[in-house]
Amino acid sequence: MILVWLIVILMAGGLLAWLSKKVNPEIPRWVALGAVLLDLILIVYLWINSKTTADSAWLLSYDVPWIPQWGVSFSLALDGLSLLMLVLTFFLGLLAVLISWKEIKNKVGFFHFNLLWVLAGITGVFLTMDLFLFYFFWEVMLIPMYFLIGVWGHENRTYAAYKFFLFTQASGLLMLLAILGLYFIHGSGTGNYTFNYFELLNTPLAPDAARLLMFGFLAAFLVKLPVVPFHSWLPDAHSQAPTAGSLILAGLLLKTGAYGLLRFVLPLFPTATVEFAPWAMLLGVIGIIYGAIVAYSQTDLKRLVAYTSVSHMGFVILGVFAFNEWALQGVVMQMIAHGLSTGALFILAGFLYERIHTRDITQMGGFWAKAPKMGVIALVFVMASLGLPGLGNFIAEFLTLVGSWQADNWLTVFATIGLVLATAYSLRIMQKVFYEPGPQRESFRDLSFREMLIAVPLVLGLLFLGLYPQPVLDMAQPAIKEQLQAYTSPEPTIAEPKTAVVQQPKATINANQIALNQRAFSNLQIFKSPN
Amino acid sequence: MSQTDFLYLMPLLILTFAVLVSMLVIAAWRNHKIIYIITLVSFIAAFGSLFQLRTTTAYVIEPMFVIDGFGVFYIGMILLTSLLVSMLSYAYFEQREERKEEYYLLLVLATLGACVLVISTHFASLFLGLEILSISLYALIPYLRTRPRSDEAGIKYLILAAFSSAFMLFGMALVYFSTGTMVFSGLAQSITGMQELPLLLLTGIGMMLIGVGFKLGIVPFHMWTPDVYQGAPAPVTAFIATVSKGGVLGLLIRFFMEVDGFRYPVLVTILTIVAIASMFAGNLLALMQKNVKRILAYSSISHLGYILVAFMAGNQMGVEAVTFYLVAYFITSVGAFGVVAMLSDKNSDAELLDDYKGLLWRRPWTAAVFSAMLLSLAGIPLTAGFVGKFYIIAAGINDQLWLLVAMLVLNSVIGLYYYIKIIAVMFQQPEIEPEPRARLRPSIYVASVGTLAVLGLLLVYVGVFPSGLVQLIQNVLVSVPEIVSNSR
Repeated sequence: MILVWLIVILMAGGLLAWLSKKVNPEIPRWVALGAVLLDLILIVYLWINSKTTADSAWLLSYDVPWIPQWGVSFSLALDGLSLLMLVLTFFLGLLAVLISWKEIKNKVGFFHFNLLWVLAGITGVFLTMDLFLFYFFWEVMLIPMYFLIGVWGHENRTYAAYKFFLFTQASGLLMLLAILGLYFIHGSGTGNYTFNYFELLNTPLAPDAARLLMFGFLAAFLVKLPVVPFHSWLPDAHSQAPTAGSLILAGLLLKTGAYGLLRFVLPLFPTATVEFAPWAMLLGVIGIIYGAIVAYSQTDLKRLVAYTSVSHMGFVILGVFAFNEWALQGVVMQMIAHGLSTGALFILAGFLYERIHTRDITQMGGFWAKAPKMGVIALVFVMASLGLPGLGNFIAEFLTLVGSWQADNWLTVFATIGLVLATAYSLRIMQKVFYEPGPQRESFRDLSFREMLIAVPLVLGLLFLGLYPQPVLDMAQPAIKEQLQAYTSPEPTIAEPKTAVVQQPKATINANQIALNQRAFSNLQIFKSPN
Repeated sequence: MSQTDFLYLMPLLILTFAVLVSMLVIAAWRNHKIIYIITLVSFIAAFGSLFQLRTTTAYVIEPMFVIDGFGVFYIGMILLTSLLVSMLSYAYFEQREERKEEYYLLLVLATLGACVLVISTHFASLFLGLEILSISLYALIPYLRTRPRSDEAGIKYLILAAFSSAFMLFGMALVYFSTGTMVFSGLAQSITGMQELPLLLLTGIGMMLIGVGFKLGIVPFHMWTPDVYQGAPAPVTAFIATVSKGGVLGLLIRFFMEVDGFRYPVLVTILTIVAIASMFAGNLLALMQKNVKRILAYSSISHLGYILVAFMAGNQMGVEAVTFYLVAYFITSVGAFGVVAMLSDKNSDAELLDDYKGLLWRRPWTAAVFSAMLLSLAGIPLTAGFVGKFYIIAAGINDQLWLLVAMLVLNSVIGLYYYIKIIAVMFQQPEIEPEPRARLRPSIYVASVGTLAVLGLLLVYVGVFPSGLVQLIQNVLVSVPEIVSNSR
């Protein structure tokens, strides 16, 4: 029931925020802040109390029939992966409310309504275990986001909002077709027509059908992630959205794509994904390098950060299709660390925009001396983005690369080049904005208390992830194992070490070596099996 | 006719009686409010009389009618829609000086025609129903004579509708010639053994389809739709979009289910082409429009295309999907045109996109309802339109109509563009505050506002809790043997 509350609080808070605007335009901010804070407290409470039940990957679940005629149920469940994502969601949600405190001046009520409903949709996506409901929430998060971009965005907002909406909606409909295809195949095979995730998990699929259905799901997730040929909505949407919108887009909406890959594509289509894996990893590597190169040549700060997202998300797809625990741990870390670091960079861009009303980095420069606090904090964010050890992104990229090395050596080599490129574009931000002499400006104030309140938790979060990632890895591990079951079931060795991921690298590598050999063997079997 | 026959035809009789009463009242004392109340009461009474028919199995009144769950449900849907339309009409017509009272008379008559259509099982009753509907519409469409476009719309509809009626009659004659019967079930019996339809019979059915296709406004018989939608008064447009089309669709479903037309590949091919063409034509032509009523007209063409996709599934799930979608579409269309009617002033309807600029900041509630309606047309969750579209896609995939479903999905994306365009316009900040329009005293708008609020709530309710409606539709369809037996 607590899971339902997570969503209901946000939705009710949104309505309340909208209505309360009549009373006083400041109230919606407090309502939104309260709603998100309440959710954050709830989810942290769940995290603290979760450790007692470690035997199953699932911590909590809630299930009531919704449209029984179609086998649709209102089914929510929480495992480590969802929990981590939700912590990220509410944390960034809180920052999004805070960051808009001064930036959003008109239609405050409607703004917070949209903000909270996007968060509610995202929460639903991370929680739901019913494919109909999943699609439902997938769409619910779309419309408010459209409004956030289209109403409060920058100069070219209408175009960006359209593009965002059409891309995601079109790909979402393909996923709907795939969901329905799976539903009917399962139904006609077993006589049990249901959208329930757990029941659909073991649907026997003909190879052709599995391939088609997988592409349906992939369409939605790859566009959302985004993977390179489908990324063109992202720079527009990110750069035109208001700061809170960019923060949520980069920090959370992209993660729903990665989450979808982990939660649905991997377990539902184990054979088809193995076939597709080399191509997916190739797309990932192309994304890493392409995103980095294009990012380097941008002059619009928000566009630059947007392209770094493309690059970072390349690691996600590289890791997901490596099908081993190392890589997936890396992917989960990447989702969280990227959410924090890229969100932070967008917040930084927002701070700068508030002060000098431009996003053009050629108009900036020399801020290090004028705003030392901002400079230090920006340095942390930029270092996180380039993957400096000690900050979250390093752990994420390291784990991903170790995992993907086992799957494909050459692609991993090229992906590693992306790290070098990341250094180049990240340092360019620092250089252009803070060090190089720029146009003279009389007044440039340093961070205020509210802004420090936003930035410092982000810095702490990144440091925590980088220095002591173990709680996060422990939390994610059972869930990751669950997702990989279809790939690892013939290999009992990999399921055995529980906390060995980072602390005992030697043992795990051995285990992984064995697993790798066995997987090569089982791959052979897949090829031999009649299809 | 026996006494029970009267009982079963009670809804139709109440409507007929209401027409006569209002005519006499108009002759004695012309008063807008009285006629309005008579109309509302008669719709409510007719709807109430349906409740005693609800649980019955099919009751046949030889040879014209059959009153079964399907028919009762469609009549109920039509009556409620007409009720809502007439509630929206009061404020709309009150501000115009033309004689307003006959409007309600014609509206009730047209409703009667649509009700006759959905329960008819004989060519004669079919044609009677169709003509009652059409002839009332001939007068309703150009009702506001002083408007520049009303004549064009009226004459266009008159000529084309008369033309299509002629096609229909000729088609019926050909069918009668080759089978010797005018009853649907008789026709079904005489062709059960045939693998291929004989050419004459096929021509006959084809010509009847032309007549039906015209009323539904599907490609290639859609030419009248935008002009008529634009020229007719907004409440009448709502009526054409919903009741008129819904009645004909009910008839089409009954006819096809009875005859089992899905067995014949040639008919299936024709309908497939028509469905795809309607979806594309409607959506593509709507893209560049600047007139909201025309956009909605083109969107209605494409929505009929969507409905045909489920119709083509040709089994119980398909009929369920069509019925569900119709309910959603009725709510949405009446709501959308209701907003148009509400925003219209004395001289012209609020139909240009410019009229909607910044509406959200001027009249937030109206804009919110309109946005909800448009999102429902686009098939976005939390609205009835989403569940309806989902139902249609599910029915299509269930029957493996991959081509049609793929086209539907493609068209949904195209359609999004122009629905979102209207919403985006409503969100734009107007440069200058427009002059507040001269409005009547607010109490007149109570009925309109109430109706729109009800429609908005209904839209969200059906979108969030569709299971009740689904259950209801499944229950009423059980009493129709043709639909259940044809399930493949």
